[in-house]
Amino acid sequence: MRTRALNIIFLVLTLTGFCCLPTAALSAHEQATHTPAITVDAEHGGAALHAHSEEAGQHTSATSHEENMRQIVAPIENGSIPGYLLLIPFLPLASFIFTLLLGKRLGVRSHWVPIITVLISFSCALKAFFEVKSGHYINQDLYTWISSGNTRVAVGFLLDQLTSVMLIVVTTISALVHIYSVGYMKGEDGYYRFFSYLSLFTFSMLMLVLGNNFMQLFFGWEAVGLSSYLLIGFYYEKVSAADAGRKAFLVNRIGDFGFILGLFLVFVNFGSLHYYDVFSQTGQIVGQTFSIFGMTFDMPTAICLLLLCGAIGKSAQIPLHVWLPDAMEGPTPVSALIHAATMVTAGVFLVARCNPLFELSHYALNVVTLIGVVTCLFAATIALVQTDIKRVVAYSTVSQLAYMFIGCGVGAYSAGIFHLFTHAFFKALLFLGCGSIILGMHHEQEVKFMGGLKRYMPITYWTFLLASLSISGVPGLAGFFSKDEILTMAFNSEIGTGKFAWFIGTFVAFLTAFYSFRLFFLIFHGEFRGTAKQKAHLKESSPVVTIPLLLLAVGAVCAGWFGIPALLGGHNYWAHFLAPVLGHPHMNISTYAESMLMGSSVLAGGCGILLAFYMYITKPEIPAVLAERFPKVYRLLLNKYYIDEIYIGGIVEPTLSFSRRILLKIVDIGIIENIVNGIPRGIGNFSNKIRKLQDGQVSHYLAWMGGSALFIFVYLFTK
Amino acid sequence: MSVPLLSALIFFPIIGGFSLLIVKREDVQAIKTMALIISLIEFVLALPLFFMFDKTTYLMQFTEHHAWIPAFNISYSLGVDGISVLFILLSALITVLSILVSWESIQTKVLEFFLSVLVLEGVMIGVFCALDLFLFYIFWEAMLIPMFLIIGVWGGPNRLYATIKFFLYTLVGSLLMLIGMITLYMNGGHTFDILKLAEHTYSFRLQMILFLAFFAAFAVKVPMWPVHTWLPDAHTEAPAAGSVILAAILIKMGAYGFLRFSMPILPDATQAMMIPMIVLSLIGIVYGAIICLAQSDLKRLIAYSSVSHMGFVTLGMYALNTQSVEGSILQMINHGVVTGALFLCIGMVYERTHTRVIADYGGLATTMPVFGGFFLLFTLAAVGLPATNGFIGEFLILLGSFIALPWAAFFAATGLILGAWYMLWLYQRVFFNPVNDKVIGLPELNVREIVTLLPMVVLVFWIGLYPDAMLSFMHESVAHLLQQVNGTAGVEHVKQVTSIVLH
Repeated sequence: MRTRALNIIFLVLTLTGFCCLPTAALSAHEQATHTPAITVDAEHGGAALHAHSEEAGQHTSATSHEENMRQIVAPIENGSIPGYLLLIPFLPLASFIFTLLLGKRLGVRSHWVPIITVLISFSCALKAFFEVKSGHYINQDLYTWISSGNTRVAVGFLLDQLTSVMLIVVTTISALVHIYSVGYMKGEDGYYRFFSYLSLFTFSMLMLVLGNNFMQLFFGWEAVGLSSYLLIGFYYEKVSAADAGRKAFLVNRIGDFGFILGLFLVFVNFGSLHYYDVFSQTGQIVGQTFSIFGMTFDMPTAICLLLLCGAIGKSAQIPLHVWLPDAMEGPTPVSALIHAATMVTAGVFLVARCNPLFELSHYALNVVTLIGVVTCLFAATIALVQTDIKRVVAYSTVSQLAYMFIGCGVGAYSAGIFHLFTHAFFKALLFLGCGSIILGMHHEQEVKFMGGLKRYMPITYWTFLLASLSISGVPGLAGFFSKDEILTMAFNSEIGTGKFAWFIGTFVAFLTAFYSFRLFFLIFHGEFRGTAKQKAHLKESSPVVTIPLLLLAVGAVCAGWFGIPALLGGHNYWAHFLAPVLGHPHMNISTYAESMLMGSSVLAGGCGILLAFYMYITKPEIPAVLAERFPKVYRLLLNKYYIDEIYIGGIVEPTLSFSRRILLKIVDIGIIENIVNGIPRGIGNFSNKIRKLQDGQVSHYLAWMGGSALFIFVYLFTK
Repeated sequence: MSVPLLSALIFFPIIGGFSLLIVKREDVQAIKTMALIISLIEFVLALPLFFMFDKTTYLMQFTEHHAWIPAFNISYSLGVDGISVLFILLSALITVLSILVSWESIQTKVLEFFLSVLVLEGVMIGVFCALDLFLFYIFWEAMLIPMFLIIGVWGGPNRLYATIKFFLYTLVGSLLMLIGMITLYMNGGHTFDILKLAEHTYSFRLQMILFLAFFAAFAVKVPMWPVHTWLPDAHTEAPAAGSVILAAILIKMGAYGFLRFSMPILPDATQAMMIPMIVLSLIGIVYGAIICLAQSDLKRLIAYSSVSHMGFVTLGMYALNTQSVEGSILQMINHGVVTGALFLCIGMVYERTHTRVIADYGGLATTMPVFGGFFLLFTLAAVGLPATNGFIGEFLILLGSFIALPWAAFFAATGLILGAWYMLWLYQRVFFNPVNDKVIGLPELNVREIVTLLPMVVLVFWIGLYPDAMLSFMHESVAHLLQQVNGTAGVEHVKQVTSIVLH
């Protein structure tokens, strides 16, 4: 019977694979016969695609109609920034300061100011969105931050399509998480501290997306890192939480190391860090090279790869992904807001924002795609076996972020941002759902002790189901549209790794559906596996928790409807809206191929759900059998490919022991101190010896005098 | 300027310090109050420097000039420019705070302690004002005496070793500088006037010899790797006020010396020594940072981090362009503020626990949350988080050195990672993690202590958010300095380097 079960699993797996392959063949065929009207010369692609005319900011391109609309970013204007735009970030800042200083006195009422300010920010963000929609862009400096020599860095705001979308995402999720936290954090020590940090995070994230220059991006970048550090380490008396916070900050710093060098390279080339100045003159770095350590790089590639370092760190992509799963030490609302919906998407935002630079380097785009491909497969496989519910969702986040990277890497930036948008809803929902479960289970996160929660937590159950369906790409729900858009664009792409990305991406869609429903079934179906005491206390969470869940569920269902593709009779409003900033790749493939692609990703998702149903509902004994049959694979996945161990053993420990054994013991104490102390000691020894000459014996002195006099006479006469 | 403001700034605290002698020795409260008032008046006296400084010129301002020993052309001449003015203000501020932090911790020989601190203040300001090499040397050496006493009398158990080491290290360096000064006098037209000496040109060989002689004095003071080993001992043994002054002002004098003497007087040697100096700085940055990871003593860790941070300062100086030099001067101020504040904090907590061993702490954020907040802020400024002052300095230095030599910026930027590593690790071990028995029941900061830290908080954000307030002082002087170093050819040189980067 066991073998039969295994056979069925393999059958499903092979089927998934096979349903992908013919699609590929068919579509490739289609592509060959439907020669696109204008193809991009691969070699000069980057340059030709984005050759800029003399007039700064006027973007001309012959490749497609969409391209002609592109204005990169609005030029910088003088004048005062409208008040509503200033309120968006600065209200949360004010709330942070207020709550931090007065929170102790406010006690359990300290959530009011943060919630009200974030709601006002949200409404201002809506206004900003409609301003952009009606064609009003803003790009203005607030004040000069740093000026030295020919360097001038400003604090300034840019409001365009990309910003407005990000503002909506950040303020919406932030507002919901604020409200949810009132229920989740009830009675915790440091209640006010939690809310003030949430406000700090909201401020930082909004500054990050609103900035009109790289420097402000970097400011926001590090500031969200700080908020993340504080919130991961919220339960700071727990060593694991404090460790996790520090780890997150440090790993991000490694990425930022590349990021800041990238900023310098941008400055050296363009003499400015303003997006407008940089993106309107990208033509001038084409063909330039950058040399360091005897190696020579293509200039656009060097800039993009350095900036990408930052993006990889923040968005937890391989090899800097290690901090995100540990970040689950933070309170669950934080995981939803920072480590799923907003902050971790900053890397994707960076790549999308810098698309005029990335378009110059196919090499860099291929790297982005490959990182996405490897990470999405890697994280999804780990998620298959984890048993801590938050960790499963964390790895799923890493994997979904990787989809966004694939989207950007294949040049479909708007698809990447689309997935960012939809993901924000269904992933925040998953996390907040986890939070609701954790509350119900009295802070139990192990799925081993759950099961059958459907009866006790109906609202959580239904919203979690919707989120899982959405992430699995069930047609009609948010995740379906954005994931499908990315996969289609990957297949369609001119980028060399595009087809490969599509293939792996489709396979991971299957894995995604599988692990999501594995988690879902293990939590909500079957028999309850916890203690009787836990069972007695099981109940649905309070409305302050469930209402945000319901609102997010609406998003998880509907968020995708902004970008219904033409194939399904939609207008892909999303891509058109963002096209001026992000461009829109030309469709090279036929609608037939497109429908095949869509079909295969739906099929992959469906297979995943069915397999999860089979393995965890129909035959719940199978997982254990599999783990037993393939112990090495199981342990490898359970231990996350031992990456943490490799880093600790390969980098952290050697550095520490180098510090202790070599630098401190040998160089500092052994060599330098010995020399330094050796000189006075030598002088001391010497004087100790000649001190004996002065022994107080007059006869000795006379002898010395006589001898010396004799010596001088002899010396003078013999000379 | 008819009012001899700079002389007043130098001699007021010295006279004020000695006037403490009229107070009865037992009346500790009166002594402390009087010392505080003197330092506050001094700070107010220094404020005109900030508000009346003319930022549109590189020329010396508030100058005073009196013949002193005419036979050797030695004069008593003082003046400030955009490079030195901020250090005088910083010295005045730091002294106030050091007096405040010593309020309770100094229990023996209270009068002598505050006398030493006030005399030290006057002498330090003298170093930054002196425009005559001889006068400079007198102040430079005189500074050692009160510092020697502060560490040697009020220091920790191993204080004698530390003071003698500190004294000898600095003295050896200073003597070489003295020889250099006399050589300079003989070859530079028989004058000690720093400005005149800078106008004179010297042969390249002589410049190199003089450079090395001055290097001995300044590098020890900075301290640059590998002559840094006095600093951890001195810091560890010094009382809180001593550490604060040492970190905030004293070690800045080495870097100031490079800017005031080596660079303008010996431009060719400066150019020639650019790479070796940068390499030493880079070693200092990385070495200081990595060795911090092995420290188990709070003060030693911060002392080694100073080696790393001062590596940034000398790196910026010798990258020889506007961004890097301005960043470097700003970073000196920043380091004074941040490391000064960290030593203030450590002094406050040491007063409560009497231990500097990191392992004796843990969970302090629970018992002293306000203190934890202050310390976190200074930690973040030390690791260069944007919007704090530390970021601005590091950013400009790294940008400048990237323009000059990308590989140098590459190595220096690793300091950002390592810096975050040791500082956050320190913070975790002291403030996070389970509460250690030894910190249970410690009292929270009192009003005096909060008042001591607040000016530093203001400076962290002021410089971090609006660095122009400080940078605008420097623009003209730094431009002039770089002109002296680079000449007209130097500008071309910088352009060449830039174009190498580009192509």
